[in-house]
Amino acid sequence: MFEVIFLQFLNGLDKGAAYALIALGLTLVFGTLGVVNFAHGALFMLGAFCAVLFRQLLTLETVTIDPTKLSPWGQPLEVRAPLVQAWFGDFGAVLVNYSVPASIIITIPIMLLLGILLERGIIKHFYKRPHAEQILVTFGLAIVAQEVIKSFFGPNPIPQPMPTDLRGAADIGAFLGMQANVITYPIWRLIYFLFSAAIIGGVFAFLQFTTFGMVVRAGMADRETVGLLGINIDRRFTIMFGLAAVVAGLAGVMYTPLLPPNYHIGMDFLVLSFVVVVVGGMGSLPGAVAAGFLLGILQSFASMTQVKALIPGIDQIIIYLVAVVILLVLPRGLFGRRGVMEA
Amino acid sequence: MLAMSRNDLLLFLGFTIAVLAMPIWLQPFGAAYPDLLQRFMIFGIFAVGFNILFGLTGYLSFGHAAFFGVGSYAAVWSFKLLSLDAIPAMIFAVVVSGLFALAIGFVSLRRSGIYFSILTLAFAQMSYNLAYSVLTPITNGETGLQLTLGDPRHFDRLFGEAMPGQPVPTLLGQSLGGFTGFYFCAGFLILAFFIAQRITGSPFGMMLKGIKSNQTRMNYTGFNTKPYTLAAFVISGMYAGLAGALLAVTDPLAGAERMQWTASGEVVLMTILGGAGTLVGPVIGAWLIKYFENIFSAINETILARFWDFLPDGADHFAVVVSSKFVGEGWFLTLGLVFVLIVVFLPGGIMEGVRRIAHLFDRKRSSPTNPGKTAPHPQPAE
Amino acid sequence: MPTPNVVLHVADVHKRFGGLHALADIDLQVEEGQTHAIIGPNGAGKSTLLNVIIGKLAPSSGQVIFDGAILTGRKPYQINQLGIARVFQTPEIFADLSVLHNVMIPALAKRDGAFKLNMLRSLDSEVGIRQEAEHMLEDVGMHSSRDMHAGSLSRGDKRRMELAMCLIQHPRLLLLDEPTAGMSRHDTNTTIELLKKIKSRGMTKVIIEHDMHVVFSLADKISVLAQGRIIADGTPDQVRGNPKVQEAYLGGTH
Ligand SMILES: Nc1ncnc2c1ncn2[C@@H]1O[C@H](COP(=O)(O)OP(=O)(O)OP(=O)(O)O)[C@@H](O)[C@H]1O
Ligand SMILES: [Mg+2]
Repeated sequence: MFEVIFLQFLNGLDKGAAYALIALGLTLVFGTLGVVNFAHGALFMLGAFCAVLFRQLLTLETVTIDPTKLSPWGQPLEVRAPLVQAWFGDFGAVLVNYSVPASIIITIPIMLLLGILLERGIIKHFYKRPHAEQILVTFGLAIVAQEVIKSFFGPNPIPQPMPTDLRGAADIGAFLGMQANVITYPIWRLIYFLFSAAIIGGVFAFLQFTTFGMVVRAGMADRETVGLLGINIDRRFTIMFGLAAVVAGLAGVMYTPLLPPNYHIGMDFLVLSFVVVVVGGMGSLPGAVAAGFLLGILQSFASMTQVKALIPGIDQIIIYLVAVVILLVLPRGLFGRRGVMEA
Repeated sequence: MLAMSRNDLLLFLGFTIAVLAMPIWLQPFGAAYPDLLQRFMIFGIFAVGFNILFGLTGYLSFGHAAFFGVGSYAAVWSFKLLSLDAIPAMIFAVVVSGLFALAIGFVSLRRSGIYFSILTLAFAQMSYNLAYSVLTPITNGETGLQLTLGDPRHFDRLFGEAMPGQPVPTLLGQSLGGFTGFYFCAGFLILAFFIAQRITGSPFGMMLKGIKSNQTRMNYTGFNTKPYTLAAFVISGMYAGLAGALLAVTDPLAGAERMQWTASGEVVLMTILGGAGTLVGPVIGAWLIKYFENIFSAINETILARFWDFLPDGADHFAVVVSSKFVGEGWFLTLGLVFVLIVVFLPGGIMEGVRRIAHLFDRKRSSPTNPGKTAPHPQPAE
Repeated sequence: MPTPNVVLHVADVHKRFGGLHALADIDLQVEEGQTHAIIGPNGAGKSTLLNVIIGKLAPSSGQVIFDGAILTGRKPYQINQLGIARVFQTPEIFADLSVLHNVMIPALAKRDGAFKLNMLRSLDSEVGIRQEAEHMLEDVGMHSSRDMHAGSLSRGDKRRMELAMCLIQHPRLLLLDEPTAGMSRHDTNTTIELLKKIKSRGMTKVIIEHDMHVVFSLADKISVLAQGRIIADGTPDQVRGNPKVQEAYLGGTH
């Protein structure tokens, strides 16, 4: 019994980690800029497609026709060789194999740039406008982003293979000194969880230990005062937005082997992540992270066959149900402050 | 009691005539065929109702498609169980969606602002997910709920044998296809518009505007705002149910995708595009979106190639490739862009644009002779 | 023990915000028909006291009694329906609506109660309410701006309109939080005249003011609040001569 529960707990971690990462970015943007960003899920999706793009570039092929050999259909055989492999040899092959984690190299600059452009171009004009208008404009941006992706990459999910060496499962049970082969956990999920934990830790450390972070935290607590201190908030806001975009993008990149990305994956996650943010308490970073994991794990338990047999359909609605209950019992979510977003 | 001011009466008559004459004046636009006209009516109703909650009361619901979907399901069930006649189906759908809205609104309205938006979204997503999973016996899951020859239709059987052939909704035995279907829907849109107009111009409507403007003040002024917002929520939910039922009348197949949040987003778009808080704005928004959806999604590369033919070689190819991203399947991209532009530059929607232009002309006309007349921000006539 | 003609009795009210003791042991009795001024330095807790009375804030302990009814625990709208209206320190108005409608809304609240599903009637047929609102606007000298957007009014005009919004309800108790702040001298005088006129009709008022000219021309009684406590209480003459009051006002500034 304990094993079953522990396993479900583990199973919830990777989804929880994705929720936590997206919710973290949403909260950063909301807490510092005061903007409700419905395009945040789209940033997650764009990150995922950075991985797709990277792999497509890596696997661009040269096609040579070898007239000496015949294919089974009797035609001259086409020999396909990825360009990278032609250029870099074995290293190229490794690169293709590790395309998902390697695409982080392009994801960070792309997402940073996108984030900054978005903030400078549009978001900054909405700091003082009503929340409803912020929701609407970012919702429009999200539609644009996903339609652009759809028109370039098509409507269907594009599977991203994980590196061959990381395909198996780790025997966590044995590692913890329990019986072998009872609690095994796919390595990539474990990596995703550790990766998320590292990013979350990184963001918190950044906010905690740098002057930049201190100003931002002060700004989250009391925007007006910080503005009055004559600190140039604007530039920091831009950077924060870029940072949030990078976090969302990275969450998306690493999630691709777990769920083949399609153009609307961002919206699917966004809806859930908003629920996560609200459950955690609008504007609270620890709340976002805690609620992300909490809901991921709850969802994992709700999809157990035993539970589903007891309450049919519970796996489909558990997150929303929890959100409704929490919002009604704790109006400001788990960690929310007073007066945030209530007007 | 039902007296109307002259302006209201003119607006209502103008609207009625414009709607009824649509098969004529939309001819030059290539939009005067029943199928599209019916959708104009249906989404017009949806948007008018949504506006009562969002435009008048200021509550942004992201889950209104749930009521639309419930209306569709209820109507199809009425066709299956009771009768193929449209009237009982409409009544049943409006009642069921009203009750559904009452339950959801009662809970969601305990919060305001973004929390309210998220709660409505959560409820709509729950309905959608359930419709696809455990509620399959009621919704028929992915296939969608449709009419079959074997449906009981208890009411109809009382009066005689079922007609042969595929069952279709009727009105007093009359088939509701083609323009009959359009006029049937148009009647409801006009009714819906009339009721919305009455509500807007009533003390009740004024309270809703007061709540949107300053809910705190309403409370300290002695109003219990809860029942007001709940009433607005239920009314707009019933409008959505009515629209959903009409869609089922014109095409008796109800699927869960009607309840997805994208559908909720669409009605928000319509309302904003036309002008939230105005009476005709949301209807115009709905018409424009459905019209351009129709046009844009029908355009394909062949048509584009013909259109760009005048350009020099190479350039025309490039133009075709670029513009093809915005039409056909890419219609939503155009929609998204237009939407962003509207929110950025014209948050009041098309009606705001019209007002600004009218104001411009007004000033031109009146300023040389009567400079004192342009008082700062005169209240627009209501 | 409240004497029979005490309408408002704030009984042993405390209000804490975390560590801040914003109201400490407040005991205040307002008599029917009188104008009771509350004065005190910034941050003394004057607005907080009004917030407790109208149900915006719940007291940490103690209670508020209005005409024999305990207000504590009631919702703001119920308290208003009992006959208490308030002008806020920063105007609370319907900025998106016309001035006339701003004044009609409270009149409807008075007539129809806390909720009425009044959808079939047209607002245009509410001739009585409309006339009442127009008269009220004339009384406060704002009739000419009745069709303006309330949000575009000057700060002083917003207050005058808010005053009209309260007066049209004929409240038994009117709470005024710095009603003349932001007004020109001339408008201040008109407002004083107006408030005197209502007084002659027997409306009880609690008024917070920094402008001593206003206070002494209107008040029957004055309570002085400093750091959450009532440090002095009495007729204007008694308060004027009280050394504690002078200290409270001047004490912080050296
Ligand atoms: N909702 C609240 N939460 C926390 N502290 C509050 C709150 N409302 C008021 N305070 C604090 O209580 C104290 C009293 O405030 P209050 O507004 O009652 O003062 P006041 O006498 O009306 O001052 P002023 O003359 O400036 O209007 C202040 O220190 C204020 O910061
Ligand atoms: Mg004050």
